Amino acid sequence: MSVVEESYDVVVVGAGHAGCEAALASARMGLNTICFTVSMDSVALMPCNPNIGGSSKGHLVRELDALGGQMGINIDHTFIQSKMLNSSKGPAVHSLRAQADKSAYSLRMRKTMQDTDNLTLRQAEVTELIMDGKKVAGVKTLSGAIYHARAVVICTGTYLRARCLYGDVIEHTGPNGLKAANHLTQSLLDNNVEMNRFKTGTPARVDSRSIDYSKMEIQLGDNPVVPFSFSTNREAVQIEQVPCYLTYTNEKTHEIIRANLDRSPMYSGVIEGTGPRYCPSIEDKVVRFADKNRHQLFVEPEGLNTNEMYIGGMSSSMPEDVQYAMYHTVPGLENCKIVRNAYAIEYDCIKATQLKASLEFKDIDGLFAAGQFNGSSGYEEAAAQGLVAGINAALKLLGKDPMILDRSNSYIGVLIDDLVTKETKEPYRMMTSRAEYRLLLRQDNADLRLSKIGYEVGLLPKNRYDHVVEKERQIEEEVARVKEINIGARKEVQSLLESYGSIPLSNGIKLVDLIRRPELDYDKLAPIDPDRPELSDEVREEVNIYIKYEGYLTRQAKQVAQFKKLESKMIPSDIDYDDVSSLRIEARQKLTKLRPANIGQASRISGVSPADISVLLVYLETYKSKEK
Amino acid sequence: MYQSDTIAAIATSMNSSGIGIIRVSGENSISIVDTIFRGKNKLKDCDSHTIQYGHIYSGDEIVDEVLVLIMKAPRSYTTEDVVEIDCHGGVLVLKKVLSLLVKAGARIAEPGEFTKRAFLNGRIDLSEAESIMDLISSNSELAMKNSIKQLSGSLNKIIVSLRDKILYETAFIESALDDPEHYDLTGYPEQLKEKVEGIIDTVDGLIDSFNSGHILKEGINTLILGKPNAGKSSLLNTLSRRERAIVTDIPGTTRDTLEEQITINGVSLNIIDTAGIRETDDVVEKIGVDKAINSIDDADLILFVLDSSRPLDENDEFIINKILDKKVIILLNKSDLSTIISEEEIYNKYNKCVISFSSVSLDGLKTLESTITDMFFSGEVRSDDTLYITNSRQAACLSNAKSSLENVLSSIDNMMPEDFFSIDLMDAYSYLGEITGETIDDDLANKIFSEFCMGK
Repeated sequence: MSVVEESYDVVVVGAGHAGCEAALASARMGLNTICFTVSMDSVALMPCNPNIGGSSKGHLVRELDALGGQMGINIDHTFIQSKMLNSSKGPAVHSLRAQADKSAYSLRMRKTMQDTDNLTLRQAEVTELIMDGKKVAGVKTLSGAIYHARAVVICTGTYLRARCLYGDVIEHTGPNGLKAANHLTQSLLDNNVEMNRFKTGTPARVDSRSIDYSKMEIQLGDNPVVPFSFSTNREAVQIEQVPCYLTYTNEKTHEIIRANLDRSPMYSGVIEGTGPRYCPSIEDKVVRFADKNRHQLFVEPEGLNTNEMYIGGMSSSMPEDVQYAMYHTVPGLENCKIVRNAYAIEYDCIKATQLKASLEFKDIDGLFAAGQFNGSSGYEEAAAQGLVAGINAALKLLGKDPMILDRSNSYIGVLIDDLVTKETKEPYRMMTSRAEYRLLLRQDNADLRLSKIGYEVGLLPKNRYDHVVEKERQIEEEVARVKEINIGARKEVQSLLESYGSIPLSNGIKLVDLIRRPELDYDKLAPIDPDRPELSDEVREEVNIYIKYEGYLTRQAKQVAQFKKLESKMIPSDIDYDDVSSLRIEARQKLTKLRPANIGQASRISGVSPADISVLLVYLETYKSKEK
Repeated sequence: MYQSDTIAAIATSMNSSGIGIIRVSGENSISIVDTIFRGKNKLKDCDSHTIQYGHIYSGDEIVDEVLVLIMKAPRSYTTEDVVEIDCHGGVLVLKKVLSLLVKAGARIAEPGEFTKRAFLNGRIDLSEAESIMDLISSNSELAMKNSIKQLSGSLNKIIVSLRDKILYETAFIESALDDPEHYDLTGYPEQLKEKVEGIIDTVDGLIDSFNSGHILKEGINTLILGKPNAGKSSLLNTLSRRERAIVTDIPGTTRDTLEEQITINGVSLNIIDTAGIRETDDVVEKIGVDKAINSIDDADLILFVLDSSRPLDENDEFIINKILDKKVIILLNKSDLSTIISEEEIYNKYNKCVISFSSVSLDGLKTLESTITDMFFSGEVRSDDTLYITNSRQAACLSNAKSSLENVLSSIDNMMPEDFFSIDLMDAYSYLGEITGETIDDDLANKIFSEFCMGK
């Protein structure tokens, strides 16, 4: 029998948020790339919430954009409402979130893929890895077709052996009734990949015409809108926005849930997968936070060309009739018609500690992994990993060192380090508290942090990089200029200060000290700083943040310097921890299993104590000298 | 611990003369010592390998008259900038100087850390590497066990509850940042301020207990009791002579008690020898006897010495009745002579641990030492259960925690945004954790998920 047989540089399995970024990055870096999807109609599908970004996730999108990824640009063209969250808090936790027109988002991403040179999009289910010893050599599809490749990136999301559940109904499909991928798991197991089974869920979609919005609070977008991508023109995103709505559950809702708990597959034990604690179903919330008498629900449009509304906060795996009963207790939803049921979904994923920080498997040369397949959750987390895996697959084939992002330069670095170092037992979600150097890792300076890396790996276009270099120069110059300026207790100064409720001067003062006053900032002081050059919003924002929070920023920069010292102490990959006699047994086992790349990573493994690290440092010195 | 910050430690074992050297090593060692040293010149302006005369100050108060030796990098043992301070004022002063250095930014060195730095900087021969690794791991294990065990129950409870409060507040702030539409921080800074002030008060109390001279309480308070001539002093001599690493010995403030600090298998004992107890009319001797009886209350462990070559008398009975409710080891001394009291007899009578012992032949010494360590590690005996911070490492952690908490207050006063609070809160949390030997790991994420309802 003859089968289709083709050759590519890189195969990407899956065209969700991870797969799209991986395929685009690899193709844009010049590698001949093919990307498989179970359905051409589900490219960059958003099967759950209709938005991109949010606290800390917005940071991921910004960083991905600074490196040359697509998600930021794609949402800037397809959003229907946008908000900067936490804008009253410190600059480090400002985070963008945009409501997406889901179908526009998906279509635009597919078109971008199809318009990209070196990139082939193909509908087929990948069923098997083709191996050449310990090296991956390609994939086989359900039809038996063979695709040779030198690198493979797996981004199967929630599709591997997926099953969807509500009540006692079990459907063996991926999200939205799409075809599950039932074969690849076995091939992975055959190659000694260790698997996990995770679960997540989604709320019902409701017909907009059946909702009484007069009983809900309206939620509007920001004016003006800030775009996600550093390359998007700010004028272009000042569009007419669509509202969302806020309503609440009540005791009646909770009673119905409690009375029917035995019919939920979560509580009857039918669900085997581990669900995330941060994204609980409504039945979880009612059980675990029994003292709360109401929970918030956000009613959000799924797009401009559909009347479906997403009921955020009410994900569930209750039977259909209970879903109807509980949704009908909510103000504004009394007569609602459900368009799609809420459901829970279970899927296979891997233990990500089998990966290096490049997202390549430690034990399978050329095989990369990204997205929910790695045990994360969320579109943004997936896209960020997809980008890194795609870049590194390409770099490998180009014979270059991998791009390793770390905890000190990006949320993406934190995300990947957590995934590959900590043994995650539930779907991993990004949170700002996970980033220990978050004052430095702001969404406003993602371009300053990462554009150089994106440009040097060959993904970010030169004109975008040049723009960042110029921006950086302007910031430095302006900060230096401002630091030199003294302000006298002139009349116009005093009246400006008074107008902001700020204490008038008794003596001269440095301009920076005025900027640091909580009620003042760089922009407000423009009238008393006549020599100020004309600068863009972005530059002025950076200057203000840098001066206002300089003390804190310097402190974190020092911590980063300490951190880097440990990250740069590499551990040879052939180290035999049994040789290091003074290590405690638990530490030896963990180190042997996880094989950290450097001392910093080793120190973050649970079960490895500071004393173990000291012992390891001394051993490494000995080892180095022996090598000589 | 493995970073290149500045470390300090008392480098000599101390003896009664009270002369001791404190060694400081690291990038900032010279500038740190400069903040507490006043001499003819600032140390930073002095040449390497010179000795400076001057005084160590705490604020405006002279602590000690010292000689300071400066060795600049790389010409020093560790190849870093090293400063050695020769102190003359005795044990208390050495500890005081050390704690001043910590306040000025140094960190107490871990066991073997100077040597480790010397090694990592290429100063020591490779053949010594193995033994250094063993030293690090065994010392730190024991130190960790020790410091946790030594942590009195009530202190541990206080630290745990402080940490829990800090973690809760941080988790609340972080939940509000991660899910701003669910949690509102309006008016929260004022509440946090009150809570943080309360936590600082508690931390202050703990720090005071360290500063107010309870330093000598370090270790298990062990009282040697017995009638005159039972062999108490020779027991003390035997125990301390055997011990190579004598930490301190301090002549008692009265002529009739003697304190000595010794370490047995890593367990610190504060041994107090007392006057022989007997009925007496001698005024001076009676003062000594009363003092011995009064110190029973404060003792964690009592070594009751009986002369096994003589029958029990009313003095022995008098003593034993005073200590029935204490942890006691009864030593049947002079086992090398012909004994007329047996272990069984005493055990059956008092139901206390009994060991036959001779300070002449050293019979029973090993048993005594292992019994004491067993009692300590099993938790039967623990050091003083009141709230004393007894070790300078713990005190350093507390003052670090305090300054992080003060940073929170100043952030609140400066009207900084809430996300700045959690950075210093988590620092304080981790410093307090060093006292109890706990690390952070995923505490915060777990707290957020368990206390606050998040998500879509």
